[in-house]
Amino acid sequence: MSKEHVELNPAQKKARRSRSIAIGLALGALVIIFYIATIVKFVRPVLEHAM
Amino acid sequence: MALIEQEDAEVHGRLSEATAGDFLELLKPGVMSLVVFTAFVGLIAAPAAPNPFLAIVAVLAIAAGAGASGALNMWYDADIDAIMSRTSKRPIPSGRVGRGEALSFGIVLAALSVMTLGVLANWLAASLLAFTIFFYLVIYTMWLKRSTPQNIVIGGAAGAFPPMIGWAAVTGHISIESVVLFLIIFLWTPPHFWALALFKKGDYDLAGIPMMPNVAGEASTRRQIFAYSALIAPVGVLPWVLGYAGLFYGAVSALLGAGFLWYAWKVLVMPAGDLKMKPAKALFGYSLLYLFGIFAALLADVVISRIGWPGF
Repeated sequence: MSKEHVELNPAQKKARRSRSIAIGLALGALVIIFYIATIVKFVRPVLEHAM
Repeated sequence: MALIEQEDAEVHGRLSEATAGDFLELLKPGVMSLVVFTAFVGLIAAPAAPNPFLAIVAVLAIAAGAGASGALNMWYDADIDAIMSRTSKRPIPSGRVGRGEALSFGIVLAALSVMTLGVLANWLAASLLAFTIFFYLVIYTMWLKRSTPQNIVIGGAAGAFPPMIGWAAVTGHISIESVVLFLIIFLWTPPHFWALALFKKGDYDLAGIPMMPNVAGEASTRRQIFAYSALIAPVGVLPWVLGYAGLFYGAVSALLGAGFLWYAWKVLVMPAGDLKMKPAKALFGYSLLYLFGIFAALLADVVISRIGWPGF
């Protein structure tokens, strides 16, 4: 029994790399946005209330 | 053979040759820039002081929602996009992105934008954004666009929501002021798109889309363009009349409105056999300038009144 193997051509490899970089950057930006937003929206009011 | 390969590429996403730039193109960046700008002005004009970071995130979420609408629109309209010269080079008809890829991308982006706006701003703004995406995809793209010449009149509501969403993101409610901002874009949409439809009539004929010039004829369309322009000119001044914009905005919006009427008049008296359609092209270009100008004037007016410019 032989397994099907798909070889990507150079254009497909290049496109996949471009998509991977974009997804990585987008996910990184989302993490940073939610991290800062959490501090701004939830942590700061709690600290101000406590003082 | 090419069709089979394309089908295969859709089934096995790993064979796709779509780059990040192709996906970016699915978001309709040109439309998105206008959405971002009007949403930003709605957000700034609102009578509240949002945290600057959360305000930026809210505008980004609205932009992502608008982009998702664009991607979902291109997914559904791929067949007619391939026919029209204006849209035939879009990522799906040109074969760079598969329809399935565009659909998945649009759904994920729509969900992400609505959830982000809901969690970080408020759920009223998020609901409005979700409704806008639904309205643009289902009511306009799937239903009205191919069935009635009133398609862009009713469908124009989708493009008119962004300043209202920006306003709601800051205040948490809908008010008459944000409804007026909605009305400005809503009334601006028919003359803008009908001017385009006049000189792209052949394209819409080929694709079988019932735009006003194709159904009611050019003369009727020119009259309707003028009627809507006569409405947009006074409605554009309403923010000053209602007192939430100053004299600067009032003067600029009145001038821009008069210009709109002038260009619409030139279209109204355009000779019936005019093939070059210069007045229609001029109105189309001016309408873009009008929308940008009127919202820029409102932004400038609000900023001036808040920082207390001497003499104002």
